[in-house]
Amino acid sequence: MTPELEAAVARAFREEWGQIVATLIGVTGDWDLAEECAQDAFAQALERWPRDGIPRRPGAWLTTVARNRATDRLRREAVGAAKLREAAALSPPDALGDDDAGSGVGDDRLRLMFTCCHPALALEAQVALTLRTLAGLSTAEIARAFLVPEATMSKRLVRAKQKIRHAGIPYRVPPAHLLPERTTAVLGVLYLLFNEGYAATDGADLMRQGLCVEAIRLARVLARLLPGEPEAGGLLALMLLHDARRATRVDDAGVLVPLEHQQRSRWDGDEIAEGVDLLDRALRRGRPGPYQVQAAIAACHATATDAAATDWAEIAALYGQLVRLVPSPVVELNRAVAVAMADGPSAGLALVEALEASGTLAGYHLLPATRADLLRRLGRTGEAAGAYREALGLAATAAERHYLTRRLAETTARP
Amino acid sequence: MRYMLLICGDESSAELAADDSVMAGCGGWAEEMERRGVLRAVAGLRPPSDATTVRVRGDQVLLSDGPFAETKDQIGGFCLIECADLDEAIEVASKHAWAKVGMIEVRPLWEP
Repeated sequence: MTPELEAAVARAFREEWGQIVATLIGVTGDWDLAEECAQDAFAQALERWPRDGIPRRPGAWLTTVARNRATDRLRREAVGAAKLREAAALSPPDALGDDDAGSGVGDDRLRLMFTCCHPALALEAQVALTLRTLAGLSTAEIARAFLVPEATMSKRLVRAKQKIRHAGIPYRVPPAHLLPERTTAVLGVLYLLFNEGYAATDGADLMRQGLCVEAIRLARVLARLLPGEPEAGGLLALMLLHDARRATRVDDAGVLVPLEHQQRSRWDGDEIAEGVDLLDRALRRGRPGPYQVQAAIAACHATATDAAATDWAEIAALYGQLVRLVPSPVVELNRAVAVAMADGPSAGLALVEALEASGTLAGYHLLPATRADLLRRLGRTGEAAGAYREALGLAATAAERHYLTRRLAETTARP
Repeated sequence: MRYMLLICGDESSAELAADDSVMAGCGGWAEEMERRGVLRAVAGLRPPSDATTVRVRGDQVLLSDGPFAETKDQIGGFCLIECADLDEAIEVASKHAWAKVGMIEVRPLWEP
């Protein structure tokens, strides 16, 4: 097989898998059958495209093959007479797979997203189902990404699909009164996926980093399918603005590089431009939400020409807005950092101390770490060293501990 | 689809319910769900201390005093409902006054 052909099949897989599975679930109501037939369609493509050439619309070709396969199997198994009637009643093959014609095929993918992210499923099952059915990752790949044995992941997927069938979780885009809350659930799953990949700092773990790519791809689909939901655009913008900095977050030794020391020339300018543009369009709808505000904060960082040019007053104000939208002590802590940058370390320290007094972040290493940084900047090195030691005792990852150890050494070295 | 709503909670939720307007709300729920054609059966259960648990081992009938599970949370009643899907069942369950003091397990029935 030629490299172009291999690339065409790989591209079709990335772009069409979710669509084909979603359409087939819509037709047959059978998740396993849908996945198997989608797989068969790609196997046939590998066999026939070298001989017959790449079809003009690969998605339509694959959908037709998969659907025919499903019809055959249902007929052969002589079950699901009703399903078969539905399949037979489908529009002719050439009307299928044409996303841009507004044929409603796109809606199937949206239905699939909402069903995978139904809150009656455990969050880990939602994530796994989304990756399997929409992104087309294999069970082994998902297991590797979430560091669980393949058998565990396989069981998780089987159980989730069984629950959808047995508990009567509807395959649909939720009605208007449920839509806002359920959209939040879908956005939450996609953001979790992204963060799983983003937190993977270990260069060897490519599978985890691939989660960022999948999350961005799915967020793109969602933003296109839900044009009236500014938070969908906001989430995509947020992901792009973070992803643009990915290459500079960790140095060659695997050590976290703080934002102010990252090499800005290596940030991805295209991703930043797209993120900022998406954010502007979302904000123009005048319905801000947590993802848009977080994207606005990320945009402040991403568009500053250097660390000193960062508009910290704007960032502090945005964190203030974020705290009102999603009250959370972690957001409060971030606001304290921004206030320290805008109004000086003692203003930030007052907020950190208030947070500490509230006790809500007990055990969270970034709380003493932030206090340590502020004390160091105020020249209170003795207290700073104590706070760094406290943070070290709580930090979970090697990269975090490495960073704190270095800071502690710097602090104690000074007179 | 048919679902069993298992009305669950511990002693404290029972006290809460006995206390105020909660149980008064229950009657309204049953009427509304009946009007909607959702409610098939409904019953409250006497406390677990009145329960007898039966097992047959070999040819012996074994009895024990009390509920089958010695847990803090117990089933205090059930409603059988018929709904289009889980979303409707969740909506019906969340309107039940008991959901505010205890919890309601929504369990689908085996369907042929």
